Amino acid sequence: MSLQTAANPFAPAERGETAAVRVRGLSKQYAGRAVLDGLDLDIAPGEFVALLGRSGSGKTTLLRTLAGLAGADHGALEAPLAKAIVFQEPRLLPWKRTLQNVALGLRVGDARGRAAAMLDEVGLADRAAAWPATLSGGQAQRVALARALVREPKLLLLDEPFGALDALTRIDMHRLVLSLWRTHRPAVLLVTHDVDEAVLLADRVLVLAEGRVAHVERIHWPRPRSIDLAEFRAARRQLLAWLGVDASAERAATPATLAPVRFPRSRPR
Amino acid sequence: MSARLEAARPAAPRRAGTTRAAWLRLPSARLASPLALLVAWELAARLGWIPPHVLPAPSAIADTFVELVGSGRLETHLLVSLRRATAGLAIGVVLGVVFALIAGLWRRGELAVDPPMQILRTLPFLGVVPLFILWFGIGETTKIALIALATKTPIYLTLYGGIRNIDPKLIEAGDSLGLGVLERIVHVVLPGALPAFFVGLRYALGVALLALVAVEQINATAGIGYLINEARDFMRTDVIVVCLVVYSLLGLLTDALVRSLEQRTLRWRPASPATAP
Repeated sequence: MSLQTAANPFAPAERGETAAVRVRGLSKQYAGRAVLDGLDLDIAPGEFVALLGRSGSGKTTLLRTLAGLAGADHGALEAPLAKAIVFQEPRLLPWKRTLQNVALGLRVGDARGRAAAMLDEVGLADRAAAWPATLSGGQAQRVALARALVREPKLLLLDEPFGALDALTRIDMHRLVLSLWRTHRPAVLLVTHDVDEAVLLADRVLVLAEGRVAHVERIHWPRPRSIDLAEFRAARRQLLAWLGVDASAERAATPATLAPVRFPRSRPR
Repeated sequence: MSARLEAARPAAPRRAGTTRAAWLRLPSARLASPLALLVAWELAARLGWIPPHVLPAPSAIADTFVELVGSGRLETHLLVSLRRATAGLAIGVVLGVVFALIAGLWRRGELAVDPPMQILRTLPFLGVVPLFILWFGIGETTKIALIALATKTPIYLTLYGGIRNIDPKLIEAGDSLGLGVLERIVHVVLPGALPAFFVGLRYALGVALLALVAVEQINATAGIGYLINEARDFMRTDVIVVCLVVYSLLGLLTDALVRSLEQRTLRWRPASPATAP
């Protein structure tokens, strides 16, 4: 099931029992440039972690390495064997009906029944016999979510899965992902460009820069979260600063009485 | 033309113009000119403008057709031709599919199979007729071998291309779902290459017919081609034309066959021309 090949010098010690992700000193070079540079990362079982970073910061490389779709040059990695990934595009097989797509490669008794139940959970029970080409973008992505979750992953990897959706569909998907996460309790690593999305969903938001975790923002207030919260705006500004976005325009727009940043240890230098 | 002139006129004759345009839009409108040609041909033959040994009247050809069918000769020879074509096609399709799978699925297989196939592709298959006659004689083997040689090329080229052009993102998605090599081939690669295969199959059917016509000129003792050669010796232009019509009907029929096969297997494709009702 593991996709790391024997020829790969980087061999992660995968333990089926461990739900947590443990990464130590992960390094990966592309054409002489270090994409990941001694990266450390821990994800607790059932934790929802969002990963932010500018283009080329190594977000997707980290995710693909965790998924077992890519190797690394150095470092150690522990990830659950039971893991699943949802890509930016749904990547459904167009020649298989929705239900068959969800059940694809599922090695359990009554795979179809399980797939049907999962489709029902994402609200698409009535589209079980539909061809993927007839689904809307949001529906297709929900099928992709079902396809990932039906495998009961201990680790769910989400590679900008809402990036191609319209704003309203994205809101629906946020709700769906949170409710599925509550039901199935996988550890989640969500790669995203969207700071708001990260703060709305995650327990912890990591900022990746120069191949390492440059900043950790813990989001502790309860869900569902509102972007109108002062804390939300503070966290957002903090993260944007770490991403190197000039937030002066935002500062001008927000009152000076804004709640102070709560994590002095991780304040940008 | 007349519709355009009609439309250019002022308001009064406009209704006539629109009805004419509506008539032109009917699918059967395309039958008009072939029918007109047929009528002209019949008239020219009846009036003696075309001598019967050059081209008999369509009605005479129809009579010959009925006579050939009634005597059972046409069916007998058609069956021989069909058997040749299907045998050659079957061998050609199997060869093309096997080579395309080897070249498409394995890098080493590609290195081994593709260069020779590309070289062979440049060879006009009719050119090897003398060679095949020396190898296999002038019997059925040469005929079937030539049809197989001609049809394996389009099958190989399209299926190999189809396999190579599968979206690597789908392959990766399959891998992430834990598909094994065989499952990947069965669930991802082959269904993805199927549309390309059907394009190849259509080409192959066309080429098979072409090859059939060619090989049946070689010392055939049965088959539509034999019927044509015999008719030539007896100067039976009408029989020749009947046989040509049979050849073209075969082409139409096989194309319709593949089309319906495509429609059934590629239902997942969104409203493509091939699957549109």
